[in-house]
Amino acid sequence: MTEFFQSLGMSYEWAWGLATLAGILLIALPLMLAVAMIIYVDRKVWAAINLRRGPNVVGPFGLLQSFADGLKVFLQETIIPSAANKGIFILAPIVTFTVALAAWAVIPFDAGMVLADINVGLLYILAISSLSVYGVIMAGWASNSKYPFFSAMRASAQMISYEVSIGFILVCVVLYAGTFNLSEIVMAQEGHGFGIVNGYVFNLLLFPMWVMFFISCLAETQRVPFDLTEAESELVAGYQTEYSSMSFALFWLGEYANILLMCMLNAILFFGGWLPPLNIDLIPWFDIPGIVWLLLKTFFFFFMFSWVMATVPRYRYDQLMRLGWKVFLPISLLFVVLISGYLMATGHYG
Amino acid sequence: MSAVTHFIKSFTLWEFVKAHALTLKYFFKPKVTINYPFEKNPLSPRFRGEHALRRYPNGEERCIACKLCEAVCPAQAITIESEPREDGSRRTTRYDIDMTKCIYCGFCQEACPVDAIVEGPNFEYATETREELLYDKAKLLANGDKWERAIAANLEADAPYR
Repeated sequence: MTEFFQSLGMSYEWAWGLATLAGILLIALPLMLAVAMIIYVDRKVWAAINLRRGPNVVGPFGLLQSFADGLKVFLQETIIPSAANKGIFILAPIVTFTVALAAWAVIPFDAGMVLADINVGLLYILAISSLSVYGVIMAGWASNSKYPFFSAMRASAQMISYEVSIGFILVCVVLYAGTFNLSEIVMAQEGHGFGIVNGYVFNLLLFPMWVMFFISCLAETQRVPFDLTEAESELVAGYQTEYSSMSFALFWLGEYANILLMCMLNAILFFGGWLPPLNIDLIPWFDIPGIVWLLLKTFFFFFMFSWVMATVPRYRYDQLMRLGWKVFLPISLLFVVLISGYLMATGHYG
Repeated sequence: MSAVTHFIKSFTLWEFVKAHALTLKYFFKPKVTINYPFEKNPLSPRFRGEHALRRYPNGEERCIACKLCEAVCPAQAITIESEPREDGSRRTTRYDIDMTKCIYCGFCQEACPVDAIVEGPNFEYATETREELLYDKAKLLANGDKWERAIAANLEADAPYR
């Protein structure tokens, strides 16, 4: 896009700046729309599994429900508790939201369709997703109220625990791909399984890693069965308890943007990103744009997120910690050793 | 042996797979809830919903201001004031029901000797302000005019059991 702006007679700096801005808007605006729709999908899936109908009044099939909810929330009064630490209280949702959007910069939507094609894309995502815990901690602490505080403590411990195993799982993927660049990781998956299927998930050594990655993603985004930070029955609404109006909506948008990001990471790291599932041109599906495949895969993972939420009850906090430190961490470490040994033995690096 | 099966089951997440298969089955099942705003449950003729003041077929109000409903109302939601009209008949000048106090017990319609105050079949009268729920005589009479057909049918259907 930089070339396009340059062709209009701009200097390179201006063209680059405008192109980046356009790219940011091209990602952020559809993302907000996607978040609104995905909340609707979420509610519909839970409803269907509970044998209910879910939202069905606003718009056809209730498709506009999220927009109605958003409008309602925006029109509410922003309440700041008198005991709250005002600056941090207001900053917390902004941090959550910004961080949730920032991670999307390195996501490759198609071959070459990426805002920042940096070589350390995966590290960038790890760093950003670690930052997202700050929004929660700030919210919990600044609310100056006991339930948000408990929730913030739980959230920080939980996210740190699961990031460790996510880190090791990603190391396995990187060992196979030999790069931290997300686009190159996708390309490395082309024809990975006997040259027929695209995606690391079809590898016997990496399939268990995908299962663990998926479960860790649930924990990282604080979804059921790991939603101890928002455990309604214990903590009212967790760190969001004191929030209302726009600030509440920002938490909500940030949370779902993070969930979408994790779904997309599942697709990119293990299911071949924008590549079609089979590397054979059965029906002419190489003509289908790659972004369609990526969005389909992301939607499938989001469906799985909702499906899990409607199926599994919440973990106890000690069970959560046990799973993180005593099951996931040793297994992922073992697989790092296994996979690097396997790759050395088979001469993967030539 | 059981330890081995337990190990295998826990590492293949067997219970989770089974649970998710079950919920997926439910996902495709027909829904048990009704499609509410477009589809409604049948109501009993005795259903006690929004109040209404009825009229005789010639348009005369039924209420004779006997204040039995006001007296029987356990929530003291009804307020009545009355004066003789020009033709000498006893009528209400004020008939207020505070719908925020009402407990929908139906004593008022039981007490009424002329079937004037009734609880109709309407249950969709949510309002945006509290004040709108303080019903006055005009509102109640309007309700009566609006729901008369349904109310009359319900009273007739329930009559054999009273």
